Amino acid sequence: MKSAKGTILLILLIPVILIACGPVLNNLLAKMDPIATAHPDTESAQTLTVFAAASLTDAFQEIGRELETTNPGIKVIFSFAGSQVLRTQIEQGAVADIYASADHKNMDALAAESLIDMNSYHDFATNRLVIILPPGNPAAVESLHDLARSNLILVLADPSVPAGNYARQVITRISDDPEFGNDFESTVLTNVVSNETDVRQVVTKVELGEADAGIVYISDAVAAHDLNTITIPDSFNVSARYPIAILNNSSNPDLAAKFIAYVNSPAGQAIMEKWGFRTGN
Amino acid sequence: MSSTPRLIQHAKKGDSPGWVFILPSLILIGLIGLPILALVWRSANIRIFPFAFTPSAVNALKLSLLTSTLCIFVAILTGTPLAYIQAHWSFRGKAFLDVLVDLPIVLPPSVAGIALLMAFGRQGLFGSWLNLFGISIPFTTLAVVMAQVFVSAPFLVRSARIGFTSIDPQLDEAAKVEGASNWHVFQHIMLPLASRALMTGIILSWTRALGEFGATLLFAGNLEGKTQTMPLAIYVGFEQGLGIALVLSVVLLAVSFFLLVLLRRLELQNQH
Repeated sequence: MKSAKGTILLILLIPVILIACGPVLNNLLAKMDPIATAHPDTESAQTLTVFAAASLTDAFQEIGRELETTNPGIKVIFSFAGSQVLRTQIEQGAVADIYASADHKNMDALAAESLIDMNSYHDFATNRLVIILPPGNPAAVESLHDLARSNLILVLADPSVPAGNYARQVITRISDDPEFGNDFESTVLTNVVSNETDVRQVVTKVELGEADAGIVYISDAVAAHDLNTITIPDSFNVSARYPIAILNNSSNPDLAAKFIAYVNSPAGQAIMEKWGFRTGN
Repeated sequence: MSSTPRLIQHAKKGDSPGWVFILPSLILIGLIGLPILALVWRSANIRIFPFAFTPSAVNALKLSLLTSTLCIFVAILTGTPLAYIQAHWSFRGKAFLDVLVDLPIVLPPSVAGIALLMAFGRQGLFGSWLNLFGISIPFTTLAVVMAQVFVSAPFLVRSARIGFTSIDPQLDEAAKVEGASNWHVFQHIMLPLASRALMTGIILSWTRALGEFGATLLFAGNLEGKTQTMPLAIYVGFEQGLGIALVLSVVLLAVSFFLLVLLRRLELQNQH
């Protein structure tokens, strides 16, 4: 009994110690971070919450960092996931300021429910698809034709995910070309072993070498630098338009407008291009 | 497990426990009960039950039943002997083995999924070796079952171990004096005496296998009819409309509820 009491006491002590150490740790971290030191939290920090498609992860994180550096006191928080997951979360009352989707379908659904500010709704970048191969390319995939090879292990995003929908459009377009033949589409689709729930999961499965090939956005391939790629010619490729909008329940629409203005600025568009997106420029 | 009957004998009737106990309890009951109530309420309101059982929903249901049943067979055949060894013999590294087997209970499923990939993936520690023989586990129904066994079998082992440990060791000695073999003792004395604890373990383990999501998504992927179990279909079903996800959730809820009621009946029988 006595030892049981001791154990319970120990367990209860853990959070107490963590709480006690919190301020000390915070202090240490603040000293290491020049931005936080320059502007201590006495100045009311403004927080912006951005829900963005998984494919925007790297580009938006860089844009967020730039915005935080040039506008001290601003804190940008991101939630990256499949566009359809974010849309459902917003429909169910998730609180955010900005939604950036990888397709119009999900944005339009929110528009129909009057959840977004229609004046702010516009496209800010486009993305194209590319075939990715694991390091070393064990299955020796050399061309689009190889996608239809029997027993090839192909991973796509689920049709409900924009990237998965686009990938299937690309496959249909290739199939329409007599050079590939009508059964190209059905053969390729039988090679699909998994419909991943977001496009970054496709990248992970190929990076780990679990799949012989995957179809993702060019921006994903840029972010994962150790992957080999096969270009999909423009004639087969799709141009995925990325819309962005301020949510009607945003608690800080001015700050949200500032973020969007930065995305559209030459500096912001340069970051988008650096990560493989195409912009209006 | 055995504390339930004694608690019931001690339970008082008549006087109220008082607000000091009732108020905090109500908060927790609300936190657990309200989401479940809301789930049932919303799905009852949408009246889409007849349309919810699309072919993909039915496929997911079938696959979940198949894989969780296979999982439970594997867990019984391997977990019962392991629990018996843990309960009856002491050896070097036993404490380590106990912790190892319990580990999946507290591990996040995503960690389980990554661990499985690192071991049995195509580039994995053992997977690369299996690959030489043309065997590839990820993205197969086998991968689903393996993920389920990884996360759920420890519940069975734990429960069975407690069952075996609570048996009077003198019974074992007496039988040995009469000349019974280890297998005989196990089969005719230990198994019947520990049967309730085993059943408890089986039910807990089965419900856990039915609900497996994270490890399956990472290790087995998501393909209808092959690796898309109910929890995955619920997650993906968000897109085709919340309705389908809601109805599938309620089906899973009903099955889990039924299994837990069964468990409770078993525990109550235990005292008679």
